[in-house]
Amino acid sequence: MKVKSILAASALTLAMTVPAMAARDYISIVGSSTVYPFATVVAEQFGKTTGSKTPKIESTGSGGGFKLFCSGVGVNFPDITNASRAIKSSEMKTCADNGVNEIVEVKIGYDGIVLANSKTVAPLNLTRKDIFLALAKEVPDPANPEKLIANPYKTWKDVNSALPATKIEVLGPPPTSGTRDAFVELAMENGAKTFDFIKNMKATDKKEYKKICHTVREDGVYIEAGENDNLIVQKLQANPNALGIFGFSFLDQNADVIQGAVIEGEAPTFEGIAKGSYPVSRPLFFYVKKAHVDVIPGMKGYLGEFTSEKAWGESGYLADKGMIPMPEEERKMYNENVASLKIMEMK
Amino acid sequence: MNTTETTKTNLLTPTKRLKRRYRAEKWFKRLGLTAIALSLSFVAFLFFTIFSDGYTAFQQSYIELDVHFKAEEFTQEKLASANYPGLVKEAMSTMFPEVTSRQEKKQLYNLISPAAAYKLQDTVEADPKIIGTTQKVWVLADDDVDMLMKGKIDRNLSQGDRRIRNNQLAWIDRLVKEKRLEMKFNKTFFMTGDSREPELAGILGAVKGSFLTLLITLSLSFPIGVAAAVYLEEFAPENKWTDLIEININNLAAVPSIIFGLLGLAIFINFWGLPRSTPVVGGLVLTLMTLPTIIIAGRASLKSVPPSIREAALGIGASKMQTVTHHVLPLAMPGMLTGTIIGMAQALGETAPLLMIGMVAFIVDVPGSITDPAAVLPVQIYLWADSPERAFTEKTSAAIMILLTFLITMNSLAVFLRKKFETKW
Repeated sequence: MKVKSILAASALTLAMTVPAMAARDYISIVGSSTVYPFATVVAEQFGKTTGSKTPKIESTGSGGGFKLFCSGVGVNFPDITNASRAIKSSEMKTCADNGVNEIVEVKIGYDGIVLANSKTVAPLNLTRKDIFLALAKEVPDPANPEKLIANPYKTWKDVNSALPATKIEVLGPPPTSGTRDAFVELAMENGAKTFDFIKNMKATDKKEYKKICHTVREDGVYIEAGENDNLIVQKLQANPNALGIFGFSFLDQNADVIQGAVIEGEAPTFEGIAKGSYPVSRPLFFYVKKAHVDVIPGMKGYLGEFTSEKAWGESGYLADKGMIPMPEEERKMYNENVASLKIMEMK
Repeated sequence: MNTTETTKTNLLTPTKRLKRRYRAEKWFKRLGLTAIALSLSFVAFLFFTIFSDGYTAFQQSYIELDVHFKAEEFTQEKLASANYPGLVKEAMSTMFPEVTSRQEKKQLYNLISPAAAYKLQDTVEADPKIIGTTQKVWVLADDDVDMLMKGKIDRNLSQGDRRIRNNQLAWIDRLVKEKRLEMKFNKTFFMTGDSREPELAGILGAVKGSFLTLLITLSLSFPIGVAAAVYLEEFAPENKWTDLIEININNLAAVPSIIFGLLGLAIFINFWGLPRSTPVVGGLVLTLMTLPTIIIAGRASLKSVPPSIREAALGIGASKMQTVTHHVLPLAMPGMLTGTIIGMAQALGETAPLLMIGMVAFIVDVPGSITDPAAVLPVQIYLWADSPERAFTEKTSAAIMILLTFLITMNSLAVFLRKKFETKW
């Protein structure tokens, strides 16, 4: 009995004393699951070579990352957030409301979004228009091209007679994902713009325009496969008719079993994305709270490691992991921005 | 009349109706057996897939290098600032002097894991006397080489379709022939924390994180759970308040665990200001989750102690508290412990509530205390399953095997305790 009461007492004291803790001696990073595989490599390299504590990285998605990042200044809030898109003005406002006024924006490189299928069948040769017609919820009526109808297409041949007569079946990320945001924006919206009346709508009714371009069909053709891209790769192997949507690094790592669809004549290759000729690619960022740089140990070291040539350069270790480096001048510019901690303008 | 009825149901010459009843019984038994066989085959299938995917993770490819620790490399004050990756590259170049072009050299160096440099650093720091000599050092091979050695990369595919080039394949074959590339027991897997290099990733960080988290959970939920169960069962008056409490406890046991995570985020992190992603917060959240289980199991085992024990103790003059602490509680303890262990096993396998409090994170350093950031076993499995590198597939299965081992051990301990201390009245 005595033992037990001591145990209980010590447990209670344990619980009571803990909230007194304040300082944090490791960097806390949140944000995009697309940047996560790259940021983790840098963090590990930084921790192992400098002997500092390795930064802690949570994969919360770009939006979730900004939410945490913008909640305030202090050790309880993250120091850095990763993002697979630029910060929105609404998020900047939240930041400013919570006292996070000085943010350093760092672009780190590019990521291509690929539509891949199993290697056992021929690669598809798509245009962004095909992608829009195959996946949008509402498409222009072929009989009356100024009118929108619910998407009637069942096979790729229905969409474009040059394509095979296989069923349209696409596995992709859910709406919370940054990859999905980028995909609808870069592939579907640009595909929709090929129809003049939709393009004109952008000036007249922006809300309706966004709705047409960004709404993915919900009749079972587009299958939300969760955030687990490995699972999508496995499903593609099992079902050669299906296409999967994910980041270039997964294609790079699994090039022996899947292949990327050629989009507007450009295959998703490292060089194509770096040059900017592959149409579905997006920049990756991270955002730093300037107020934390001198408070949290190791911040300068981590930023230095990330922006060094051996990390994000042409033949750096991030390129080995599938990130597409920026051109040299851009790298130089962001490197200087980081060194001088140039804060971004708050809109 | 009665006698004729009984002669009809003669067991030696069964009637039609009796036969039908026997047949029905036989079918009923078979149905039950099929159900068991079906669930067993599911379990067998699960174990088989996990084991066949994961057993290779316990071996890892190592390459033997002749490293010349040149004295001029170690002129700086700190041993850590020497150029260890350079030493690794030099050792590879001396082994393959015919490789000269820049691109080929890069492919050659890619055979070795980036972890090799850390290994050299450790070797020198452990014994600085080796500076100036040439030593044979076994270092980790790259994960792609490892996958090839384990037959998970098909060498018959054309060069463009696999991650190992043809010239790399030739080098690997030469290394194997010279017995410089071998499979060894994967100690790293049990000695390190998470890593983005599959060959360097280990389970120790997650195991320790799970241990610290469960320590907090156990030391809070067991005393609180037992105290609550004893009060409700032995002392509480029977009125509508205790009824209300009882309904609420039963309800809480059925609440989805993610709700506890949200509660933990709101109270422990946002209100108390506890640090995110630490075993303290994880343990507190899991305490909330396991408390109802422990209270319900505790009350059930207190109920099973016969009233005659209490009456006898009270009859010879023991106080209510003495009755409970000296007689009822020791007799109910095995049941309570079983409930606690099952609750702990549940907490060990939980990820959903930890997602909300930031324990689903990339953490390399092995946690040393309850306020260091830590991941737990199921979270580690989730993170590895989501990594692009092929070699993480086997690590995922290996981590599942370890988690299953812990779960099976805990559950069999619960069964053992129940069997050993069970008292039949």
